[in-house]
Amino acid sequence: MSKAYPMPSLGAGMEAGTVVEWHVQPGQRVSRGDVVGVVDTEKGAIEIEIWEDAEVAEIVAAPGSRVPVGEPLLLLKETESTADQVVEEVWDEPSPDTPPAEEPHRRLRVSPVARKRAKELNLELDTLHGSGPGGAITLSDVETAAQEMDREGLPPSGAPEPVAEQDESGPDSGVDRHAAMRRAIATAMTRSKREIPHYYLVHTFSLESTLHWLGQTNRDRSPSRRLLLAALYLKAVARAVKNFPEFNGFWEDEAFSRAEGVHPGMAISLRGGGLVAPAIHDADTRSLEALTEAVRDVVHRSRAGLLRGSEVADPTITVTSLGERGVDAVFGVIYPPQVAIVGIGSVAERPWAEGGMVGSRRVVTVTLAADHRASDGHRGALFLEHVAQRLQSPEDL
Amino acid sequence: MKTTYREAMRGAIREAMHRDDRVFLMGEDVGHYGGCYAVSKGLLEEFGPERIRDTPLAESGFVGAGIGAALGGMRPIVEIMTVNFSLLAMDQIVNNAATLLHMSGGAFNVPLVIRMATGGGRQVAAQHSRSLDGWYAHIPGLRILTPATLEDARGMLWTALEDPDPVIIFEHVLLYNMEGELAEDAGPVSIDRAEVRRTGSDVSLITFGLGVVKAMQAADALEEEGISAEVLDLRTLRPLDTDAILETVRRTHRAVVVDEGWRSGGISAEISARITEGAFYELDAPVSRVCGVEVPTPYPEHLERAALPQVEDIVHAVRTLISGKGELS
Amino acid sequence: MTFPPSPPLPDESHARALLRSMILIRRFEEKCAELYTRQKIRGFLHLYIGEEAVAAGSLPVLEPRDSVVATYREHGQALARGVPATTIMAEMYGRKEGCARGRGGSMHIFDAETRFYGGNAIVAGGLPLAAGLALAAQMKGEDRVTACYFGDGAMAEGEFHESMNLAALWDLPLLFCCENNLYAMGTALAIAHAETDLALRATSYGMPAWAVDGMDVLAVEDATRRAVQSIRAGGGPHFLEFRTYRFRPHSMFDPELYRSREEVSEWKKRDPIPLLADRMRQAGMLDDDALAALESEVTAEVEEAVTFAEEGSWEPVEELTRFVHSETGGAP
Repeated sequence: MSKAYPMPSLGAGMEAGTVVEWHVQPGQRVSRGDVVGVVDTEKGAIEIEIWEDAEVAEIVAAPGSRVPVGEPLLLLKETESTADQVVEEVWDEPSPDTPPAEEPHRRLRVSPVARKRAKELNLELDTLHGSGPGGAITLSDVETAAQEMDREGLPPSGAPEPVAEQDESGPDSGVDRHAAMRRAIATAMTRSKREIPHYYLVHTFSLESTLHWLGQTNRDRSPSRRLLLAALYLKAVARAVKNFPEFNGFWEDEAFSRAEGVHPGMAISLRGGGLVAPAIHDADTRSLEALTEAVRDVVHRSRAGLLRGSEVADPTITVTSLGERGVDAVFGVIYPPQVAIVGIGSVAERPWAEGGMVGSRRVVTVTLAADHRASDGHRGALFLEHVAQRLQSPEDL
Repeated sequence: MKTTYREAMRGAIREAMHRDDRVFLMGEDVGHYGGCYAVSKGLLEEFGPERIRDTPLAESGFVGAGIGAALGGMRPIVEIMTVNFSLLAMDQIVNNAATLLHMSGGAFNVPLVIRMATGGGRQVAAQHSRSLDGWYAHIPGLRILTPATLEDARGMLWTALEDPDPVIIFEHVLLYNMEGELAEDAGPVSIDRAEVRRTGSDVSLITFGLGVVKAMQAADALEEEGISAEVLDLRTLRPLDTDAILETVRRTHRAVVVDEGWRSGGISAEISARITEGAFYELDAPVSRVCGVEVPTPYPEHLERAALPQVEDIVHAVRTLISGKGELS
Repeated sequence: MTFPPSPPLPDESHARALLRSMILIRRFEEKCAELYTRQKIRGFLHLYIGEEAVAAGSLPVLEPRDSVVATYREHGQALARGVPATTIMAEMYGRKEGCARGRGGSMHIFDAETRFYGGNAIVAGGLPLAAGLALAAQMKGEDRVTACYFGDGAMAEGEFHESMNLAALWDLPLLFCCENNLYAMGTALAIAHAETDLALRATSYGMPAWAVDGMDVLAVEDATRRAVQSIRAGGGPHFLEFRTYRFRPHSMFDPELYRSREEVSEWKKRDPIPLLADRMRQAGMLDDDALAALESEVTAEVEEAVTFAEEGSWEPVEELTRFVHSETGGAP
């Protein structure tokens, strides 16, 4: 029985050695402690000893060959006093770790805690503007946005206007996103005023019966289920355009095309400036409850930046309101390629003559700005009156 | 009781000498001179030259002797005059004191306390102004203490002597004259935990040693601007009280680490890394650091001032972090 | 260098004990070399072969209450001090059953039982430590001598100077045992030291110091006995220069480019084992049978150590961070 005499390990750093010469030949008997040859290492030539009494059976590694530590140099024939077996040990090469996947590049600067909080609140970060270092969105930006989001009711809207900031952000923060939105609005509005021949109609009417009905309806409802006046406006406009389809659609390629559904876009001003007008889909067929819900939802999501693409692209007509801003009327600028925008002013108490009597009434001024290429003032007037009638019969909405 | 940091430290040594006759103080000029910073003044008369033992200028020799004496059953307090000279004893501290317990498989522990003065700010130039606390805090097997208050100056030593393993106490040279009230019965304190020295909600100033004093002043200044800063005194740099660091960051979401040492590879880097590892999702701004400028500490007053963290640097760093007007580094 | 005449042979059992101690070290070290080439022992391995007389002659002079500090070439001292061959071998295997739970390996043999304060692998690093051990004994009024072993290379280090000065200054009960084997790794004494009379240098610190034939175990024993007696009597630190020679390379990975074969074979003529064995034969204390019996006894002890190490266990990785800090509540 023969066994291998392996390349000895001569140092912690030695991986292999080169055989320089053998002092033994096959058939020769060797004793423990004999120098059997010389191995060259990176440190120099070192004599190698044998650790047992044996007979050399074969020289496996000829002089000049480089042999890793533990690989056989000689084959030995065992004699009776041969020491214990050489145990070969297998060393697993550590496999290199898989390189981690590259993180996708993010352009937004958001603090980690702000990102975490925004996720909890379902807030879309890129609608927020950052007040932190380098314009980073901070926890306080998110919290402030969340507080605004929680306010109920139709948000103030209309022409874009700078919104007064309540936080500590400096005038130069959030510049990039704000500027981008301003540029987009500028482009759309310039195109509108350059290309669209607007005509304007104004109609002021009493909202007393409507508000009375709304008060009665909401009286027994919990706050979260109370109908919003905004839902009534949207429904009235939506129902009206079913009868006046030339106000619901797009002027494209020198022609008007009617929209299939009625999806009024509701202008929502954003904190920090700018506005969006996402579609309230199929407003003509949805209940006031559903529309209220939809309004709340879309306001919330607009501020949070969670609008769906279709909501932004789908409006067939726009409704804008200045809500509690206090102005009597708003004359809108049509958002191309739409052909009409209905503007709703504040509800205000006014002296009002009716049936020969002068009394006090809560009134609203509703305007229509429409594209003269798609419709004429006569139809516009009828449409606006129709909106008023619908609004004044809320129970039928 | 009105006292100074120096007197508090001396009181701690005196108490330890009375409580345990295995305790002795050894170092350069601790006896006849009274201690380079007068900490041990009067102790030679009280305890005699055996126990208030002047040594030759042989940092490696007497630190090693301290280790050996600890192995031999004594409780030595070895004073290295300043951290600068401890570089001559690095072999003994790192290769022996910190290592013997582990290397002997638990057979031999080294109950040794090393005290050394540290820090700059006295116009004594580069070789006498080092802040290498972080270096030592790098070494497993050592415990690193940085007393910043009178209570800690008075109370850390005894607890350190009761520790079965080597403890290094860094005493900032600018703290020795610090005056204040100390309870008559002030005694041993914990050497495991960091302490919030001032609570706040907007930013955490995380620091140690002289940095605590500066951070407290910075917090006062910030309060006038309406910024509420919390000051965390680390007290022990090894093992770091990571929980306390993460807790304060979870409260304020912003951290400024103040370290007189250099930032490259310093303890401030370690603290910052732990915050990132343990409280990343709590951060509302990048961790910011106020550290010594990376230059050997210069001699002239104006340059030295510029090289070391000052109160206004801390205030500026906080403003930058909160107002968003500063640059990100 | 001429040394005083070798001391007379002691009685047979004592002489046999000295011989056995040297042979044990020799065979143990040979086994280590073999196990190293088989990768059972890893890391650095520094063998004591050739220098056995120093350990075998000096350490038995010490009492169990005394303390020992050694270097990274310390298997011989550990064996002569009475650290079991089994736990030393297990340590070199890295086994949990090793005297330092395998955490130190060949260069760091520690044993609390025999007050063996380690193989220190920083040249001269153990000297200040030994001064401290001696200081503790002095301060506590304990009758303990600390013996500190180091090589000629250590005498170029600052820590040597600092420790010698401290020991002499404070009259510490400390025995400096310099094993001058003529080479600091591969740097010959004359290349590294302006004054190569090491004992002479030691006297400049104000302590008794002399050179001893480190190949003659009887001379080593005699010198150590005299020095230790003097230290115990309050004579302060002593310095002994044991002139010796390692027959093997510095470590296993050393092609010995710095010394000639002739020099090595010249020194091998003064191999401490035959030196004593021959004197014992001449005195009728030893014959072939007795020597063979001794050899087989020693071989059995070494084999037992190997078996012990082979059968040892690995410390669980979960225990990796143990012993960074003490596990006891407070200092003992």
